[in-house]
Amino acid sequence: MSVSEMFAALQGALGQDQDIREEIRKEVQALEQTAREILTLLQGVHQGPGFQHIPKKCQKAREHFGTVRTQMESLKTKFPSDQYYRFHEHWRFVLQRLVFLAAFVVYLESETLVTREAVAEILGIEADRERGFHLDIEDYLSGVLTLASELARLAVNSVTAGDYSRPLRISAFINELDSGFRLLNLKNDSLRKRYDGLKYDVKKIEEVVYDLSIRGLNKEATVGAGGEK
Amino acid sequence: GSGGFRKRKHDNFPHGQRREEKENVNPPSALMSSFKSFQLELDTRHDKYERLVKLSRDITIESKRTIFLLHRFTSAPNGEEILSESEVKLDAVRRKIKQVAQELIGEDMYQFHRAISPGLQEYVEAVSFQYFIKTRSLISVEEINKQLIFTAEDREETTNMTSNSHDKEAPVWSLKVTPVDYLLGVADLTGELMRLCISSVGNGDIDTPFELSQFLRQIYDGFTFIGNTGPYEVSKKLYTLKQSLAKVENACYTLKVRGSEIPKHMLADVFSTKTELIDQEEGLP
Repeated sequence: MSVSEMFAALQGALGQDQDIREEIRKEVQALEQTAREILTLLQGVHQGPGFQHIPKKCQKAREHFGTVRTQMESLKTKFPSDQYYRFHEHWRFVLQRLVFLAAFVVYLESETLVTREAVAEILGIEADRERGFHLDIEDYLSGVLTLASELARLAVNSVTAGDYSRPLRISAFINELDSGFRLLNLKNDSLRKRYDGLKYDVKKIEEVVYDLSIRGLNKEATVGAGGEK
Repeated sequence: GSGGFRKRKHDNFPHGQRREEKENVNPPSALMSSFKSFQLELDTRHDKYERLVKLSRDITIESKRTIFLLHRFTSAPNGEEILSESEVKLDAVRRKIKQVAQELIGEDMYQFHRAISPGLQEYVEAVSFQYFIKTRSLISVEEINKQLIFTAEDREETTNMTSNSHDKEAPVWSLKVTPVDYLLGVADLTGELMRLCISSVGNGDIDTPFELSQFLRQIYDGFTFIGNTGPYEVSKKLYTLKQSLAKVENACYTLKVRGSEIPKHMLADVFSTKTELIDQEEGLP
């Protein structure tokens, strides 16, 4: 093969790669749109009347996740299934966002942390790399950390809306989450940076709980806690 | 008195027992168990990444040494010896690449690509340099990858593998250099060829510069053809490539125009000054 033939072949390979990425970008755009719709929907829980509508919002969000599953199926077809990490950068952000949204829905429904397997099921993907398009553990953890920030905000707004018991439950949840994250040996990457933000979420929630307890509002909460769910 | 001993603190407060009791009373929650398994998963991943980084560094160092060795080919009277020694060195590099391939069994290569890419680029540079010196042509990526198919060398490796495999064939590991790593390695090769050009004139070899000029032009044409269709790292190399080509073309010009005027024994001086200037530009001592 002459030098020019070699480069022509290489250019072909590079061009093919570019085409695949173009296709992937289109699919990711569609996913990002759906993610935005779910986020807008769920953001409503922070406002006063929003608290009462939580079950309805969760239900609606779950319907949107049906669209996500369809879009994921489409994305999976755009590249060879054994080259997940070759193109992972393209969907990493939207996947983390979707993990957060799934975790938020599950928390609003059951006040528990969604497992990796459960998120994978909601999104219509696998939990293990061997089985196909999967959820990388670092993307799962990133999404969970975003949930922590969201719950810190929710704790604040709960008080404003007159719900004095929710912040206490959020506090217990976040503290356990923090203990869990402390077990991890993280490298100096984006996950580590995001984890560094967790302590500010913990602090914010502690302040809310403190504000409630010195005013005796937390006792009022444990006595009078009704069916806020 | 000296007879007795002081009761030590932990005799009164059996910490060990206490901790055990606490764990039995509060078994780790589901969340904590999950995070414990995440810890293991992440640690395993990071450890593998680090092993690959170390291998990549070894590959880089040994490839660079091979390149330095091959530069000595021009001035050495026993070129064959240098070529054989370079083959020995490159075989050692390939054994490291085999270890990389073994680490990557069952893994998605692209998950660890950033760890091994620098080493592989340096290897491409070294092996293509050797190939050029031997054949005056460019080695293809297919040819490179053919040499990166490995089989079990000794019985120990085979017995470790047969428990996993059901067929009687010898186990095979392989690593494929990607088109991008190949291109980046070849781009760096042009820098070495430029140095080869300058030093070959200093040795009185007035044919090599013209061969190199033609060869480099072909490579430059190839990169021009690719243009911006590749990733940014490839386009970035185009600038340095152009400079290397210009230096070689200028050397050829000087040889052509002034070669007939200058006695052969002084040719070396003309180009050694030029080499000094070039080295200063590039910040070499």
